[in-house]
Amino acid sequence: MANRIARAGGALVLVSALALSACSTGAGTDGGTDAADACTPSDGPVTLSFTTWLPGMEDAAAIWNEQNPDIQVEVQTGPNGLGGTYNNFFNQIEAGNAPDLGQIEYDALPNFRVQDGVVNIASCEGVMDAQDEFIDWTWSQVTFGEEDSVYAIPQDTGPEALFYRADLFEAAGIDIPTTWDEYAEAAAQIREEGGYITNFSQSDINAFAGLVWQADGQWFENDGEAWDVTLDSPESLKVADYWQGLLDDDLVATLPAWTDEWNNGYNSGEVWSWVSAVWGANSITSGAPDTAGNWAVAPMPQWNEGDSAAGNWGGSSTAVLKGSEHPYEAAQFALWLNTDPEALASMNATANIYPATKTGGDLPAFSEGLDFFGGQNIYDVFAAAGAEVNPDFTWGPTMTQVYTDVADGFSGAISGSGTLTDALTTGQQKTIDAMKAAAIAVNE
Amino acid sequence: MSATKAPVKKHNGPRESLFSRSGAMLVMAICTFYFLIPIWWLFVAATKDRGDFTSSAPLWFADFNLVENIVNLANYRDGLFFQWMLNSILYAGAGAAVATLFATMMGYALAKYSFRGRETLFNVVLGGVLVPATALALPLFLVFSQVGATNTFWSVFLPSIVSPFGVYLARIYATSSVPDELVEAARIDGSGEVRTFFTVATRLMTPAMVTIFLFQFVTIWNNFFLPLIMLRDEKLFPVTLGLYIWNSQVNQIPEIRAYVIIGALLSIIPLIIAFLSLQRFWRSGLGTGALK
Repeated sequence: MANRIARAGGALVLVSALALSACSTGAGTDGGTDAADACTPSDGPVTLSFTTWLPGMEDAAAIWNEQNPDIQVEVQTGPNGLGGTYNNFFNQIEAGNAPDLGQIEYDALPNFRVQDGVVNIASCEGVMDAQDEFIDWTWSQVTFGEEDSVYAIPQDTGPEALFYRADLFEAAGIDIPTTWDEYAEAAAQIREEGGYITNFSQSDINAFAGLVWQADGQWFENDGEAWDVTLDSPESLKVADYWQGLLDDDLVATLPAWTDEWNNGYNSGEVWSWVSAVWGANSITSGAPDTAGNWAVAPMPQWNEGDSAAGNWGGSSTAVLKGSEHPYEAAQFALWLNTDPEALASMNATANIYPATKTGGDLPAFSEGLDFFGGQNIYDVFAAAGAEVNPDFTWGPTMTQVYTDVADGFSGAISGSGTLTDALTTGQQKTIDAMKAAAIAVNE
Repeated sequence: MSATKAPVKKHNGPRESLFSRSGAMLVMAICTFYFLIPIWWLFVAATKDRGDFTSSAPLWFADFNLVENIVNLANYRDGLFFQWMLNSILYAGAGAAVATLFATMMGYALAKYSFRGRETLFNVVLGGVLVPATALALPLFLVFSQVGATNTFWSVFLPSIVSPFGVYLARIYATSSVPDELVEAARIDGSGEVRTFFTVATRLMTPAMVTIFLFQFVTIWNNFFLPLIMLRDEKLFPVTLGLYIWNSQVNQIPEIRAYVIIGALLSIIPLIIAFLSLQRFWRSGLGTGALK
């Protein structure tokens, strides 16, 4: 098993290398201002292929296939995006045999946009009208703020909140922190009790981005001509300094994320809280089974008292990939999949997704209290958080590289060489270099 | 195995001291331990339920749930995992069999016939040994895309039936183990070239063929990258790719983690069977040669 994973890892490094070389050839050709492609229905029955890594998507597709005999959807699967599916998409687009539809996370969508890998479906019937159905920030993720442009249909989101051990906080007489200052104070008190308030993940750079997102920070901006890279923006550095302070004082654990050690940190009660996305409920339920009933969820701590800002971690969209012969039908399916209550309920049942629609939180699955969280209906907290996510956050076109470079810096900071701030400033320069190498216009 | 069991009668060689013998044993023991620990961990982990998995000691048993885990795995997605196992056995078994046949034929031809360009041809094949299969995956994908054959059984099977290393091994082995006189005798007796190859040469080359088969079987079984690039239909996945994909879904569906572990354990069983059942031929072949 370990062997196999290692092999997979090795292969991935190679894939990325190949994909990078593929990137550099494709990137230069795109001006970035093409108008919406024409979108007309095809004659006769069509079959669409849809590649996704959500388990059980066949169930949702089966509902559609029954209702739409002339537009049949065939579900294909692959590893998660960064695990190989994105590279496959790029290879397939290059070879002209990409699936009609593909799952793409928000942070990868700009890469596909820059490389001209996704179809602008704004002129497809119903797409522009659907805007109001989706949570505001998700819509700006798929339009990039361009006029008459929609590059994907939002699917799910990961609004963030604070998971905490209600029993331990209460027993120690510590109030649930509502600001980051209080969080740091609580961290010191918990350390005296022998625990850690949370675990700082050195590898989940997108989680860190969620914290910057909450602090109203930006990592990228695109003015239509060129990209601004602001990994070292004041907000970003503020968040980094804050966590560096906690690390310096040994107030947070540094267990490698998503490992057994990490699970055990929560399961054993050593680690008391976790700022995470709505899907984190699954991770914690499965990783810390012995703590059932003792958890609760509160809104994220705030930078300014009385605010209600929230970050977001994760979330995907459904895009029509370049080369599809049936963009109209593909767009119709993507719209249905991500707005129809029956489809959303099916995806929630099989893959635990949290929908990107404004009414998505009304699904029956989200209306009940959960025993693991002492009967609390945690989805109320997340629904409120989803509405507070800053709509202007923009992902860059080279996020894979950003994640790798910043993670290198973070793991250095955790082992004592450099700081989180250093990691961001180094990552800033490396990102600019990488974008230039891929012939993407950057403002310096 | 008379050769290995024979008592040491030779007095000409230096006698191994107790020290060097126990030293060698120690090194071997450490290596064995080192190689077996991950498999032991895998076996132990596969017997645990989800709660015990995180909370109990990683290298010792908690409640023994191996059977329940296997049943859960079999029920998950209508036994998709076993479809993957079958696929792997088909890719690896049939692929290795065909690859062995081709490699042996070519190696035999290179060893026993002299023709113009023989060494050039052999060197080109040797060059093939040096090119890693991973580097060929993407070009292969583009080639298969041209003919519209990606995401098919053939897109994984056809590239698997080529084994440059097998050709190399077969040629070396045929040169040393198939005497020219024997081939000549067969010709005089009126046997055609093809018949000579199948009735005479393959008998003598069995150890080499078993080696090629095992090597190629393991190579195809572990080949992860080619299927990753070629396949999108989960019904066609080999078990390596399927488990990798499940492992990448652990964040969405935490229960899958248990399936990945029990699946990984089950997926090494065919390899063990292949080795244990075939090494007999391997040794008997070598032994027969040694008696002559």
